[in-house]
Amino acid sequence: MSDDLYDEFILDHYESPYHRGHLAAPTAVHEDENPLCGDHVQIELLVDADDRVQEAWFDGHGCAISQAAASILVHEVEGKTLAELREFQARDMLDLLRVRLTASRQKCGLLSFKILKTLIYGLDERRQQSQAPAD
Amino acid sequence: MTIPLNPETCGVDFSPERAAAALERRFDVECIRRDFPILHKPLPNGKPLVYLDNAATTQKPRQVIGKIVECYENYNANVHRGIHALGDRVTTELESAREKVRAFIGAGDIEEIIFTAGTTASINLVAVGWGRRFLTTGDELLVNEAEHHANLVPWQQAAQATGARLKFIPLAANGTLDLTALDELLTPRTKLVALSGMSNVTGAVNPVREVAVRAKARGALVLVDAAQSAAHGGIDVRNAGIDFLAFSGHKLFGPTGVGVLYGRRELLAEMEPMQFGGNMIRRVRRESSDFADPPARFEAGTLPIVEAIGLGAAIDYVTAIGWDAIVAHERALTAQAWGQLSQLPGLKIIGPGAEQRGGIISFTVEGIHPHDMAELLDRCGVAVRAGHHCTMPLHAALHISASTRASFSLYNTSAEVDALCAAIEYARQVFRRG
Repeated sequence: MSDDLYDEFILDHYESPYHRGHLAAPTAVHEDENPLCGDHVQIELLVDADDRVQEAWFDGHGCAISQAAASILVHEVEGKTLAELREFQARDMLDLLRVRLTASRQKCGLLSFKILKTLIYGLDERRQQSQAPAD
Repeated sequence: MTIPLNPETCGVDFSPERAAAALERRFDVECIRRDFPILHKPLPNGKPLVYLDNAATTQKPRQVIGKIVECYENYNANVHRGIHALGDRVTTELESAREKVRAFIGAGDIEEIIFTAGTTASINLVAVGWGRRFLTTGDELLVNEAEHHANLVPWQQAAQATGARLKFIPLAANGTLDLTALDELLTPRTKLVALSGMSNVTGAVNPVREVAVRAKARGALVLVDAAQSAAHGGIDVRNAGIDFLAFSGHKLFGPTGVGVLYGRRELLAEMEPMQFGGNMIRRVRRESSDFADPPARFEAGTLPIVEAIGLGAAIDYVTAIGWDAIVAHERALTAQAWGQLSQLPGLKIIGPGAEQRGGIISFTVEGIHPHDMAELLDRCGVAVRAGHHCTMPLHAALHISASTRASFSLYNTSAEVDALCAAIEYARQVFRRG
């Protein structure tokens, strides 16, 4: 874990992000922002019939931490099942970033994590509704 | 009302250096800096503090800190009630602070000065106490997108509650008010114009007097948010035709938790209180009550007494130095910063030229988000603010999500402006743009 917030890993993801853009037909889309600094992130997931994330893309604007975190997260979730992602915790997200964030910058680092959790919740809700017996 | 003069805490510096500076009518920034203990304390990373976040809050001179300690150590009591020596003394001190505020803003009457919790509380008091009482459907409130949220959101709420309508003075491309169409925007239905004396983002100094003259011609009232402009002096509510004026103590070298609402006597007399309880009543019966006259009507409960007295000491402090000298110093710093910053690659300054603004410069640097910029400046010991500075509509109008703001005060130095520029260069290097 680096003490330098702006180490090469973060800056590389900020300047050359992984999967910044949009899917033609995403399974789920969610966006959110960090009102304190105006970070904005949208994440799109393509989930297959086996509940595995085939592709994840993001778009947004904001500070290096928030944008690098989004890039790192979409790279991480690809190939994972929703069951695996339900186990993915905020601590794991902070570990992924490899830098030590101050309390105020954790909001930037965890914005994408919050969006991912909302996406999974939404997918679970959708499934429950579709499985509910018709009255 | 005579108050014994305490040379330690009266806000007047009797040091030989100050006396020499005063005699020569010069502004000695090193002499001023000695009054501010925090400026001499190194940061956790060992760097000296370069404090350029004065628009958020100013540092406090030892004259103000000393006054607060004096209150608590010598005459702490509640005001307006204790029939004892401490109660008398603290009441005298509080009312003396009220008189200092009156003189500071050029108000005619001490009863026009209400102590509040701050600028936000002051504006809300008008928006509720005056707005909800007097606004009706179809009335118009003239605001603008450059205002701090504290001078916009209360008016949105007042409009929603009464059926009044918000109208906006348009902004020029640089974020300053475009007043060319002001006379058309002002109609017989315009009840109030709310604007700041100085923008907390662009630093633009608004032509309050001109707006007030034109508003008056249509019968509209004028409320000025002086949160920023108060620390740069020269407020004269009667001469400028201001009906309501709001400011905070903590941006004027005073304590947090205290602010001021000035309202013209006739207007305060008609206004409803917003909070009810002790101190604001004349007579309380089982089912109903009569309220006290202003200012007590609007000062329910125990006031921030020591804070208000501290604000009085802060006013003494700046008055002793003199506004002309303070403003000249800040102008020189702002001009220097404007000149140096505008030379930096990728840096864009928001707002007007140096001559049209007070000591605030907000900017963006290509490829570096303001939050990252502030974090990297902090490593160099330079404290600035990053974000939307509570002006989301202004940032939307300027098509940016955030900016970095450096704001200058009487204790900042030319070397600190250099330190700011060097720190920005450092940030560009970290982001591999150097």
